[in-house]
Amino acid sequence: MSTLLILGSSSDVGIACAHRFAKEGFDLILATRNGDEYQRNLAADLSIRYNVHVVSVQFDALATSSHKSFYESLGVKPNVVLSVFGYLGNHEQALSDFTQANLIIASNFVGNVSILGIIANDMESKREGTIICVSSVAGERGRKSNYIYGSSKAGLTAFLSGLRARLAASNVHVATIIPGFIKTKMVELLPETPKPITASAAQVADAIWLANKAKKDVVYVLPIWRLIMFIIRNIPERIFKKTNL
Amino acid sequence: MGKVFNWGVFPRIDANQIAFSHYAKIAEFVKENLVIIPRGNGRCYGDSSLQKTIFSTLELNKFLSFDTENGMISCEAGVLLRDILEVIVPKGFFLPVTPGTKFITIGGAVASNIHGKNHHSEGSISRYIESFNLLNETGTIIHCSKNSNPALFTETIGGMGLTGVIISVNLKLKKIETSYIKQKAIKAKNIYEMLEYFDKFCDYTYSVAWIDCLSKGNSLGRSILMLGEHATNKELNEKQSHQPLAVHSNKQINVPFMFPNFVLNELSIKAFNFLYYHKQMQHEVDNVIHYNPYFYPLDAINNWNRIYGANGFTQYQFAIPFENGKEGLVKILTKIANSGCGSFLAVLKTFGENDAVASPLSFPIKGYTLALDFKISKKVFKLLDELDEIVLAYSGRLYLTKDARMNSDTFHKSYTTAFSHPAKFQSLQSMRLKI
Ligand SMILES: Cc1cc2nc3c(=O)[nH]c(=O)nc-3n(C[C@H](O)[C@H](O)[C@H](O)COP(=O)(O)OP(=O)(O)OC[C@H]3O[C@@H](n4cnc5c(N)ncnc54)[C@H](O)[C@@H]3O)c2cc1C
Ligand SMILES: NC(=O)c1ccc[n+]([C@@H]2O[C@H](COP(=O)([O-])OP(=O)(O)OC[C@H]3O[C@@H](n4cnc5c(N)ncnc54)[C@H](OP(=O)(O)O)[C@@H]3O)[C@@H](O)[C@H]2O)c1
Repeated sequence: MSTLLILGSSSDVGIACAHRFAKEGFDLILATRNGDEYQRNLAADLSIRYNVHVVSVQFDALATSSHKSFYESLGVKPNVVLSVFGYLGNHEQALSDFTQANLIIASNFVGNVSILGIIANDMESKREGTIICVSSVAGERGRKSNYIYGSSKAGLTAFLSGLRARLAASNVHVATIIPGFIKTKMVELLPETPKPITASAAQVADAIWLANKAKKDVVYVLPIWRLIMFIIRNIPERIFKKTNL
Repeated sequence: MGKVFNWGVFPRIDANQIAFSHYAKIAEFVKENLVIIPRGNGRCYGDSSLQKTIFSTLELNKFLSFDTENGMISCEAGVLLRDILEVIVPKGFFLPVTPGTKFITIGGAVASNIHGKNHHSEGSISRYIESFNLLNETGTIIHCSKNSNPALFTETIGGMGLTGVIISVNLKLKKIETSYIKQKAIKAKNIYEMLEYFDKFCDYTYSVAWIDCLSKGNSLGRSILMLGEHATNKELNEKQSHQPLAVHSNKQINVPFMFPNFVLNELSIKAFNFLYYHKQMQHEVDNVIHYNPYFYPLDAINNWNRIYGANGFTQYQFAIPFENGKEGLVKILTKIANSGCGSFLAVLKTFGENDAVASPLSFPIKGYTLALDFKISKKVFKLLDELDEIVLAYSGRLYLTKDARMNSDTFHKSYTTAFSHPAKFQSLQSMRLKI
């Protein structure tokens, strides 16, 4: 029996992944800071639909001092860990209000460094396991319109790359998922993104399942984003700084 | 805003349709809108779940508990019967009552107090609803069962969404040994012979007759009676018995566009009916088939409603008491056969004792029930008005969940009007019928 731990299980992508992995027979540990009625119903639903064991646990990415005891308290240690939590924040506000900027960085970057670091050490000692973490195309180049969030994801992508290289020798796999746009509650208040380059949560879940199964290193969802980001990365700085991206 | 319509593609309206999965958000939405109607999967035919502002239950899609000891399942109102079957069949359970499609929500099943091919033997879904949670006009969630809030419990079953939003349902299931049905099909040369067969085979759990509506004279109402029982392990063949509780994820065929209007002329209906009648040459055929083709033959073709073209169609389903029922059916079938507005599907079933716990808007009354599809046209509306007169003359009534056109008079003559509901919950249908 394999067990998946989802960090940030109330995210739309997290829910889609819960269905995807449970369908393949995975038991689930749903970790969320928001253990409300919805999460309880979700846990019941997943276990009834797919005949798997599902537990809900409390987890806050910002509460780094509790991460060690959080991981130690898990009765069954997961074979696969999926980190999907993330915080877009308010960029405008973050420019003048450091608390907001700090919250963005703490949620996306520091939170992952803390919890994935603990899990990585355990997996390394057992010489098995898979860590999958969702970063973002926003981390590929700092853009005027969201470079605080972008830099937190850039830090995350770099962290994952190093972690992968470190753990390769211990048979532990690290996959970095780099989505472009996803239609989820994170962006529901923003202007609608172009359909052909916007993925559904279910598409992201399929890509994540594949990354797990085929042990992929870096996955762009949708694949066209690899090309888009290649171009964006290669725009010379003197031109890039004049764009409104 | 977007176009919203139900299975008959008529009427089509501009509406603001919103779905939430968090109860607090639903409550907020209900409170801040003056008039709304809940909508499930839009498998009613007309305007029962249409309104300018619609709350869609499709994100209320979670199973809450499944007690395999006692055969009880609890799930949110937007869960489809298809999903329930996928969960319960492998554990040896079946829906106690099922309509002719599995693409409806459990909330819609309760709101229409649906019946199946077993009403004469096992009643409507009302008998198997242990309890449900209802979000009322003040946004409060109320637990309803025979013992708690019994009036609201009764009024909501078959209440057509007019009492509030059903949030979750607790349903008693039927135990089965296999997912197969032992079927007997019998040909009848006319309606008289068919009604005799209904009497003769009334002990069967499931029965339904498919009627050719275009045949006249001695062949008026020639038909095929399909009887069924849940098959036991012993009754399965070698291949079936490898997986006696198979769910069969059947592939769907799509009808990819709205058919041009002329495709479904009288000739093509004739051909359809003829083929259906002659498909099985023997008088009687016995076999064991999976529940999918038995209960849901039309589900194999996704969006088959599109074959009626962009103008849409309507289903005319009435029930009339057994007393003088034969006479009434003959009158109606003769009128339809002479009208040339042929019906693609005509389905005859019988209803048993009236349901003990159900809203005054609930449809089944002891007697016959006939359902016919008609492509929308001016001529059809006139015909249906005339059929209404006959149905009323025989103390019958029409099924609200299929209706898109009856007038308020017809409704008030056939249903008791002892029904009041919060002004917040209204459909275009309830406004048209002055319910
Ligand atoms: C091919 C086909 C075959 C059918 N065969 C049968 C049959 O054999 N027997 C039978 O009885 N019916 C039959 N029906 C009709 C169907 O079962 C009903 O119309 C059913 O109510 C549709 O459910 P829905 O989820 O699609 O709801 P909708 O069509 O969206 O809504 C139907 C009604 O239920 C109300 N409603 C829906 N959800 C809720 C909720 N959560 N809370 C409160 N009110 C709600 C709506 O307001 C509306 O009044 C058939 C329909 C089709 C298309
Ligand atoms: N949507 C996009 O266009 C897009 C594009 C690229 C990358 N991504 C990334 O995809 C991932 C999934 O996001 P999504 O699109 O599914 O959005 P989402 O539904 O908003 O999910 C984000 C989740 O992160 C959780 N979260 C935030 N801070 C947390 C904390 N301190 N502790 C625990 N959980 C916390 C939130 O929990 P609450 O429910 O409790 O608030 C929320 O459920 C994120 O990492 C996001 O950055 C999204």
